[in-house]
Amino acid sequence: MIISNSPHTHSGNSIQKNMRRVIYALIPAYLVALYFFGLGALIVSLTCMVSCVVFEYVIQKFMLKREPTICDCSALLTGLLLSFNLPSNLPWWMAVLGAAFAIGIGKMVFGGLGNNPFNPALTGRVFLLISFPAAMTTWPRPIPLSMHYLDAETGATPLAYIKEIAQLKVDATSSATAIKEATQAIGQVPDYLQLLIGNIGGSMGEICALALLIGGIYLICTKTITWHIPVSILATVAIFTWILHAHNPLIMADPLTHILTGGLLLGSIFMATDYATSPMTHWGQIIYGVGIGLITVIIRVWGNYPEGMSFAILIMNGVTPLINNYIKPKPFSKL
Amino acid sequence: MITFKVGGVHPHDNKITASVPFKKVAVPTEVTIPLDQHIGAPAKPIVAAGDKVKVGQMIGEPGGFVSAAVHSSVSGTVKKVDKFRDAWGTYHPCVIITVEGDEWLEGIDTTDTLITECTAEPKEIIDKISKSGIVGLGGACFPTQVKLMPPKDCTIDTLAVNAVECEPYLTHNHRLMLEKGDEVMVGVQILLKALGIKKAIIGVENNKKDAIEYLKSLLPKYTKDCDIKVVPLKMKYPQGGEKQLIQALTGRIVRSGALPASTGVVVQNVATVFAVYEAVQKNKPIVEISLTVTGKKVKEPGNFIMRIGTPLSAAVEMVGGIPDGTEKLICGGPMMGKAMISTDTPANKRTSAVVMIDESEAKRGKESNCARCGKCIDACPMGLEPYLLGTLSQRNMFDELEKHYVYDCIECGCCTFTCPCNRPLLDYIHQGKANVMMIMKNR
Amino acid sequence: MVLTSIIVLAVIGLVSAVLLYVLLQKFKVEEDPRIDQVQSCLPGANCGGCGSAGCRNFAERCVKADSLDGLLCPVGGTETMKNIGAILGMTAAESTPMVAVIKCQTICNNRPTTNKYDGVRSCKISQAVYSGESTCPYSCLGFGDCVEACQFGALSIDAETGSIKVDGDKCTGCGSCVKSCPKHIIELRKKWPKNRQIYVKCSNTDKGAIARKDCENACIGCSKCVKECQFEAITITDNLAHIDTTKCRLCRKCASVCPTGAIVVENFPVIKPKEPDKKEEAGA
Repeated sequence: MIISNSPHTHSGNSIQKNMRRVIYALIPAYLVALYFFGLGALIVSLTCMVSCVVFEYVIQKFMLKREPTICDCSALLTGLLLSFNLPSNLPWWMAVLGAAFAIGIGKMVFGGLGNNPFNPALTGRVFLLISFPAAMTTWPRPIPLSMHYLDAETGATPLAYIKEIAQLKVDATSSATAIKEATQAIGQVPDYLQLLIGNIGGSMGEICALALLIGGIYLICTKTITWHIPVSILATVAIFTWILHAHNPLIMADPLTHILTGGLLLGSIFMATDYATSPMTHWGQIIYGVGIGLITVIIRVWGNYPEGMSFAILIMNGVTPLINNYIKPKPFSKL
Repeated sequence: MITFKVGGVHPHDNKITASVPFKKVAVPTEVTIPLDQHIGAPAKPIVAAGDKVKVGQMIGEPGGFVSAAVHSSVSGTVKKVDKFRDAWGTYHPCVIITVEGDEWLEGIDTTDTLITECTAEPKEIIDKISKSGIVGLGGACFPTQVKLMPPKDCTIDTLAVNAVECEPYLTHNHRLMLEKGDEVMVGVQILLKALGIKKAIIGVENNKKDAIEYLKSLLPKYTKDCDIKVVPLKMKYPQGGEKQLIQALTGRIVRSGALPASTGVVVQNVATVFAVYEAVQKNKPIVEISLTVTGKKVKEPGNFIMRIGTPLSAAVEMVGGIPDGTEKLICGGPMMGKAMISTDTPANKRTSAVVMIDESEAKRGKESNCARCGKCIDACPMGLEPYLLGTLSQRNMFDELEKHYVYDCIECGCCTFTCPCNRPLLDYIHQGKANVMMIMKNR
Repeated sequence: MVLTSIIVLAVIGLVSAVLLYVLLQKFKVEEDPRIDQVQSCLPGANCGGCGSAGCRNFAERCVKADSLDGLLCPVGGTETMKNIGAILGMTAAESTPMVAVIKCQTICNNRPTTNKYDGVRSCKISQAVYSGESTCPYSCLGFGDCVEACQFGALSIDAETGSIKVDGDKCTGCGSCVKSCPKHIIELRKKWPKNRQIYVKCSNTDKGAIARKDCENACIGCSKCVKECQFEAITITDNLAHIDTTKCRLCRKCASVCPTGAIVVENFPVIKPKEPDKKEEAGA
């Protein structure tokens, strides 16, 4: 007979199941990426996934001399998420380097899953962004079922347009030609439908807002994540950009454009909700989400980079232990 | 539909035996009656080896204010007053009786006739309850008469009857309500009289729809001069916890360290209510307990009534024995019950079930690092942070544990149940809590 | 340019040094210098064997005390206490060095196991659930809480048998293992020369028949050893024999008559071949 302390039953929930559900939720966005970026997307994503799993296995087996935990699918997920954050015309060796950094420095040096203070996939992405800024900011143009990889035709992302316009320093009191230029520039930003279906330039996985939303709804329905983080991020971004837009509609994009472009949806649904790096309590999660939203908009509008999501998440990852320390659940006996 | 506010989990309820009527387990040839079947001081034996006893005769008198009487469940000769080793290897004082016939003590009404009229005065009722050795049959075994005499600064206005049975597999309370619904209602009336109040709420979880319907149909007969309500509750574990039930039924909160009575509510388990009926109306002390013997692979799982002191193996034989491949025997429900080494241990007032779990579910999953997903915080019905309490207990940081309200933990097991990393959180917290409680007591 | 930097840095350094010195003088904590001296005599393991929170705390207590009676560093023993006495100008009493012994044989072949524990591998947590994997409710659980508690590396788990071994040379008799054992089966006994030891390696207080069923090597309280002992060193309480180290002369006769082998003899030269016959006779 087996003896153990109560409880003698378990919910059956496991890390592996949660990770697998996140991977399932990413499939729609992955299919869209394969459609619009073709061969390049396939090569980059496979490289990332395979190298993440291999690096995790090698580090655990031969360097830490521990039992490898690649079966929990977390390395596979890190690889997939990393590739979603990369342009599909990135040389494969850069992807391998990013995967090595994500798994090695982002995760394993801290003691593996659960102990990493920063999101591994984003650590890898930001490492690549800082090391290879040129390669990381030339995005291929979406061409259905394209067979190009490194030689793909490149173009600007909607966010790059928005950034350029925001830096025009035009307002209602400017000269008529300046206002006209700004209006024309803003007209170049793809319309909502294009943003929704993903027919825009950008990183592999961030283009199709609709696919990401479907994945997000699946995750919330299966209770893999709660609504608190994504909703608080999106609401903060919407309110903040709405204020800016109302203040100067000539050069500031409207809230919906901001939400649908760049990695905002990808980040708020799949990256910011990473278990290990987000706060534990719901109130903590809301504070964390608001923080990410604010920092994202600040970087997008006033910062150097057109896209601020990854930095915002990493900064708030750093704040998470503090939030966990100060935002406590209210004990039942003190309600 | 209402339920408690914070946390909770939804284990699969597996109520296989909900439609199986009670069967009686035969009286064995020898019984071992433990003298510490309750919280508080063990009962003092008042019989000696060689004494003749009858069914219902008191063999142990209360050993203090918080204590309960123990009665002989059989008639026969006392073999010896000794100690026995239970299924967990600990020793308990006990009286061992050799069975001869089945002769009940005079004055005990053993018929099934329903007596609705209660003529006893409140004092008399409490006295009878005390003499009948009635304890909370929900598992905690707190002497009932103590609960009915709350401290003077608590004004009681509501009696809450715990008919929730939120543990998976268990159905004996459900059967009791269906088979002894009238008796339960009279019991509620008696308790209301003893407490001097008019309002009672019977909380039943919604997976027992037939019991809710049946009790509701009985209400008109019993609510002439008092206000009894049957409230269906949304299924959620641990609804049967005293603090959770009070919150769900009345919205009141039991503060840390305070008695549940401080909210003006007295909670009694439905089986206790039935025992009160038997004690007051029939002069019958607790000599029998009801229990569920079940498991997914058990041949004929069922609900049983057995004499206290009968080995649990007697009931297990009646369901067709322990099925092959059983790796875990649980005394009680799978959430809070205790795993036993064997069923060769006497049934007592704490026993509510024997659940047999096969190998596929018996072993715990492989433990891994805490992924900091926060699911345990969502699950904790006391609004604590189990992941943190577990780590602090592991490192013996008792001051920090106290700061994080470890003493509020009700050890319901929701955290371990829900943890996707299979961390044995409750194992650690249990240890840390015990240490903190001891430090607080010595202060 | 270079000169300016050098001057600036030098001035900053000077000002900081002055500031530090002034602050140090201002916030200086007055302390008896003897505390430091006493502390330097102590082993510095902070084991808590003396009953204080650590070596520093013990040193403070020594300095404050009027005499060294009742103050003993079990790790350092008589020698350390004498040194402390010399510093404080007091005389320290002689103390007997102690060693820990595990009063359970824990060899799984000798005691049937009835179940498998599937929880946290800790004696304390296992003990909170039930009495253990073996039939004997007094037996060592073998998860090694004491091994973890020992700060001197004197305890180890035998990889083959799973029993706890005490290294008499490393054991200082601080008693932290005694406190860590939820079964209370570790005893501090007098340390004989060459780590010789003779003791009842069992903690089962059940009656003989039950104890024997639980474990082949259990003390059954037969009192053969009591009769054999010429020095009246052995007493039996609750069916369990105990050898008093103050009376025992290490003659080892009790071990040879013990029918269950509960009395063990450690680190003695191998007994002459004559002895086993006697043992068999006694057993039969």
